Amino acid sequence: MSIASDTTNVLTRELRPLVREPFGMLISLMQPLVFLALFAPLLPDLGPATSALQWFVPGIVAMSCLMGSSMVGASLTQEMITGSHERLLVSPLSRSSLLIGRALREIVPTLAQAALIIAIVTPFSFDLHLGGVLLGIAILALFCVGVGALSFALALASKDQEWLFWTVQQTVIFPILLLAGMLLPVDDGPGWLRFLSQLNPLTYVIDAERALFAGSLPLVTVLAGTGAAVLVALVGLTVGLRSMARSS
Amino acid sequence: MTTPQRTGPASGPAIVTRGLTRTFTAKKRTVEAVRGLDLEIERGELVAFLGPNGAGKSTTLRMLTTLLVPTAGTAEIEGYDVVRDQRAVRRSIGYVGQGNGAGHQQRGRDELVSQGRAYGLAKAEARSRADQLVAELDLGEVADRVVSTLSGGQRRRLDIALGLVHSPGVLFLDEPSTGLDPQNRANLQQQIRRLHTERGTTIVLTTHYLEEADALAQRVIVIDHGRVIADDSAARLKSSLGDLVTMGFADPEHAVLAAGRAAGRRPDAAVQRAGAVVRVRVAQGSELAPGLVQDLAAAGAPVTRLEVAGPTLDDVFLQLTGRSLREAGAATTEPSTGSSTENTLEGAAA
Repeated sequence: MSIASDTTNVLTRELRPLVREPFGMLISLMQPLVFLALFAPLLPDLGPATSALQWFVPGIVAMSCLMGSSMVGASLTQEMITGSHERLLVSPLSRSSLLIGRALREIVPTLAQAALIIAIVTPFSFDLHLGGVLLGIAILALFCVGVGALSFALALASKDQEWLFWTVQQTVIFPILLLAGMLLPVDDGPGWLRFLSQLNPLTYVIDAERALFAGSLPLVTVLAGTGAAVLVALVGLTVGLRSMARSS
Repeated sequence: MTTPQRTGPASGPAIVTRGLTRTFTAKKRTVEAVRGLDLEIERGELVAFLGPNGAGKSTTLRMLTTLLVPTAGTAEIEGYDVVRDQRAVRRSIGYVGQGNGAGHQQRGRDELVSQGRAYGLAKAEARSRADQLVAELDLGEVADRVVSTLSGGQRRRLDIALGLVHSPGVLFLDEPSTGLDPQNRANLQQQIRRLHTERGTTIVLTTHYLEEADALAQRVIVIDHGRVIADDSAARLKSSLGDLVTMGFADPEHAVLAAGRAAGRRPDAAVQRAGAVVRVRVAQGSELAPGLVQDLAAAGAPVTRLEVAGPTLDDVFLQLTGRSLREAGAATTEPSTGSSTENTLEGAAA
C-alpha cells in the first residue's frame, strides 16, 4: 500500500472522534472566543481609521492554532500508555504515515477555529478580506502541521511520562507566543526582546497574517511568513519522522 | 470462523530463530534480556512462553513482531526475516500486546474497520470483516461505544478481534490474560483454543500464569534469564518429575521408618525427611501411597496425615532453577494474594 493511502487511513482514524463527538471540539473552539471577549474590551481605541480588532484577531487565530497543535502530542502519549500506538507500529502502516496523518489532522481544527472567530468578529469592527484571510489561514495551517509534528516528536521522546511532555510544552509555548507579539506589540520593547522576536518564526507568520487579514499584500512580509511556516513544517516533519521511525 | 485461512510461503516452520539476542544498556550497565535463542515453531502449534517477569519473554515477542531490532542473531516468521522483510512480517502476523489495541477515544467497530483498511482490505470487505469479528467475539452490544467505557474483559476481546482482522497465519499474544478476572480469563482461553482448532492458526503467547500455560498450550517453552531452560509439552515436563507424596506421623521415629520403607519399595524415589514429615517424589506416587500406608500401619508407624500432589509446572520451574515461579513473579505488580483461589475458580470455570 502506498504512503498516501496509509496516510489517509491514519488521518481518517484521527478525525473520527471529532466527527463522532463534535461536542468536544465545540468546547475547545469556544476557548479563544472567551479569550477574545475578555481581552478585546481592554484594547486601546485606535480611532475610527484602524480597528484594534483588526490587529488582534489574526493574533488570536494564530494563538489558538499554536496552542492546539502544540498539545496534540498528548493524544499520542495517551495512545502510547494505553497500547494502541504499539498496535499501529506492528501493523503494515508505514511509520511516516503514522506521523503525517496525525500532523495533517491539525489543519481541521485550525480551519474550524479561524472560521468561527472570523464569523463572530466580522459583524463588529472587523473588515473581512476573504482572499487575504484564506491565504493567511493556509500559511497558518502549514505552520500548525509543523508544530503538531514537533509535538508528536516530543511525545515520542517523553514516552509514557506525561508530565515530561507537559512540562516541556508549557515551558516552550509561552515565550514563543509572547515573543511573536501576539498579544502586545514588541516594536516598543527593548533591543534584546526585539532581537529574540526576530528569531521566532511565529513573528513572521503573524506579521503576514495581520497584513493579509487587513486585505493588503506586501510581498516581502507575505513571503517571509510563508517561508517561516514552510521552515517550521519541514523541520517539524523531519524531526517527527525520525522519532517515529525509531519508535518501538 | 469462516474466513479462509491466509497462507504465507507454502511450507516451512512458522517461526525460526537462530542465536536471537537482545541487550539493553541502562546506566552504563549492559543487560542481556535475551541470550542466543534458538527456536523452531511449526505451523499450527500453540506455544506458551512461560517465565517470571523480566525473564525475556516479552523482549523475545517484541523482536518477533518487529517492534525491537535484535542485537544479534536472526528470526524468521513464515520465512520472512524480521529485520530485512519487516513489512512482510507485519502482514503475516497478528499481535495482541499487553495494552489495549483499540484507542480509548475511538469506537470499537471503527477501529476494526480502519485496522482492516490498514491491512489492505477494501472498504466493504473491512466492514463485513468487522461485523463478523464483532459477532464472533460477542462484542455486539459494545462495538459502537467509546472504548474507554468498556470493561476490561470487553476491551481484551476487542484487542483480540483487532489482532485477527486480517486472519493472520501467526498470532502473538503478550500476557493476554493479565488483569482479567477468572471468569474472563477462562473465556479468553476458550476463544484462543477455538481459534487454534478451527483455523489452525499458529499461536504464541507469553504468560506468567502456570495454570494458563498448563491448560492452554501444547508446548511450553520455559524461559529464565533470557534463555530457554525447558521446552516440551506440559504433560511431559511434569511427568519427568513424578508425584509428591507427603506423609505426617505422630513420632519422628515413625518417620525414619517410613522413609526407609518408601526407599525400599521404590529405589527410583527421592525421599526427604524433616522431623515427623516424609516427602517422597516418585513417578506414579498415587499408586505407591495406599500400599505404603497399610504397610506402615502394620509396622506400628501409622500415617496421621497423607497428601499426594501431582506435579505442577511450578515444581518443574523449581527443579530447573531452584526458585519457585510464584516467588520469582511475586516481586512485581502481580497480586500475590488470591492466586490459590484463582486456581480453583479457574479450574471450575474451564
